[in-house]
Amino acid sequence: MKEGFRQAMAWLHTWVGLVFGWLLFAIFLTGTLAYFNDETTHWMQPEIPSRPLNAEASLTLAQNYLQQHAAGASRWLIDLPDARDPGLTVRWQQSPGKPGERGRFESKTLDAQTGSEVQGRESMGGEFFYRFHFQLQMPYPWGRWLATIAAMVMFVALITGIITHKKIFKDFFTFRPRKGQRSWLDGHNAVGVLVLPFHLMITYSSLVIFMSMVMPASILASYGSDVNKFYDEVFPASNTPERANIAQALAPMAPLLAKASEQWSGGHTARLSVNNPGDANATVVLSRAGDGVVHDFGRAVTFNGVSGQMLGSTPNQPMAMAVGGAFYGLHMGHFAGPVLRWLYFICGLAGTAMIGTGLVIWLGKRQLKHAKSGVMPFELRLVEVLNIASMAGLVTAIAVFFLANRLLPTGLAGRADWEVNAFFIAWGLSVVHALSRPGRKAWIEQLACGALLFTAVPVINALTTPWNLAATLTQGDWTLAGFDLTCFATGVFLAWAAWKMQRAASTVSVKNPRREKARAITLEQGAN
Amino acid sequence: MKAKLATLPMSYRLAVTSRVLAAVFGGYLVAALASVTLTMWLPLNRAEAVVTGMTVSFLVYLVAVLWCFACRTAWSAWVGLLVPSVILATISGAARGLGFA
Repeated sequence: MKEGFRQAMAWLHTWVGLVFGWLLFAIFLTGTLAYFNDETTHWMQPEIPSRPLNAEASLTLAQNYLQQHAAGASRWLIDLPDARDPGLTVRWQQSPGKPGERGRFESKTLDAQTGSEVQGRESMGGEFFYRFHFQLQMPYPWGRWLATIAAMVMFVALITGIITHKKIFKDFFTFRPRKGQRSWLDGHNAVGVLVLPFHLMITYSSLVIFMSMVMPASILASYGSDVNKFYDEVFPASNTPERANIAQALAPMAPLLAKASEQWSGGHTARLSVNNPGDANATVVLSRAGDGVVHDFGRAVTFNGVSGQMLGSTPNQPMAMAVGGAFYGLHMGHFAGPVLRWLYFICGLAGTAMIGTGLVIWLGKRQLKHAKSGVMPFELRLVEVLNIASMAGLVTAIAVFFLANRLLPTGLAGRADWEVNAFFIAWGLSVVHALSRPGRKAWIEQLACGALLFTAVPVINALTTPWNLAATLTQGDWTLAGFDLTCFATGVFLAWAAWKMQRAASTVSVKNPRREKARAITLEQGAN
Repeated sequence: MKAKLATLPMSYRLAVTSRVLAAVFGGYLVAALASVTLTMWLPLNRAEAVVTGMTVSFLVYLVAVLWCFACRTAWSAWVGLLVPSVILATISGAARGLGFA
């Protein structure tokens, strides 16, 4: 660290990248999958049919259902179907929860066209990846803290990476394929620079999303012990009137959708919350779908449930909150249509690849020094095992998660948990496997295993459900068909990667050792 | 670099540890104080000023971390964080004394 500024930054980039690389790889990959969380859920619960959207008709069906089954409840929640999530979900709460508690909700999913109950197989669906992405399967709030710390490290790694990489634009057009280490570095730089705006946006926004948790000093300084007042000011909620205890029928809610849309200059309603249905003081709160880039927390319009009269709407958010909302909206990408959503997905994969190539480079550079002796020091072996399990192992575990969804019996108690368990058991086994096999062999075997499992996903799906690829393609259900096809493509890609590894392994062994050594020295100077 | 590290003197390792601690905890302190100072002095309403302060604080944290590894010695890393901390604490304390918050 006695050298110049750029060397110091390169040192920092190398070491923070290594220590947090494995965790960041998992966060990036699961986060990337979470861009398709509704689609994944649809594939994992194919029993819930996808219907042409008609918000008014669906809302009427939901209201009829709740009036029949939950007339005396204190609160109803209705989640309307959208283009990505086909289910019409109704929930109700018999008696109000105690202050500070959420209370228990009964939940049913309805067919959006017929209003009849549909029972999807028990599964977390895409929600699993979404939750893992920022909670890391740890108890609250530790997972969120660790994920946010990882985000700060990522931010440091990105900026130091940019500083290190002096010829950022010139180098971008240099890709030297089939040059071993050099190609990995070129690839690392290319995926890093190509989607740099995405990397910066996604990393900074993840810090902003949890800022009131990790950086609460200014809240404490301004509000003292009255922290709740801050949240009330930032997320204004509409007050709901007390129960009048006079029975009065709830008016049809469908016309409220158009009224709310008027308030939001065309925005759609995602959720309706009905307080005290059947009472003279019933209120209906319509919450807006996150269809704008700038996410508006708790944007809602409140109506009287009996007369349909508008009681109020939350004010426009001020500038500072709009900036925060924009970061949130950009990170989540709820507003993205199919094309933009795929672009998000590809950018996420590029970020994952950037982290993965970085880890490979770190090890590759240091392995060259020990290539001749054939004995690897403990720390390099540790990095190697972690590299294999965190990358090839994680990918394989994801395939196992999907297959478990199709293969576990639908009646199994705690089925959704068992899907998650299958994921972690597979991931754990990949660590054991990586420990017990030589590095390159472990890579090849795990990649091949992942390839096999991913290509098996559409096959097993066709064998166990009626929603096979031929059926979904002819019906035009592009979500289900697209999921199968993406799994198949992933399998092909992993097979290609395993094959490349295999071929590289057979050429390395016959290479002149002296040339290897000469290259190691130039790399040390060039890539550090 | 790791192979080199094995032969590096203890003083070097302690210096690196010191810089890491300075970056993680000292950097957080500067970032938190910067967010408080901004909140106190920004001519915005309370909630907006708080949100702005928090949003900007991560940039301050970043610069602080970079400083800790870019400066000449581990001691200057600490000095370079503690001096701005004292200044920021004084400025935000002054705002409070003047009755801004």
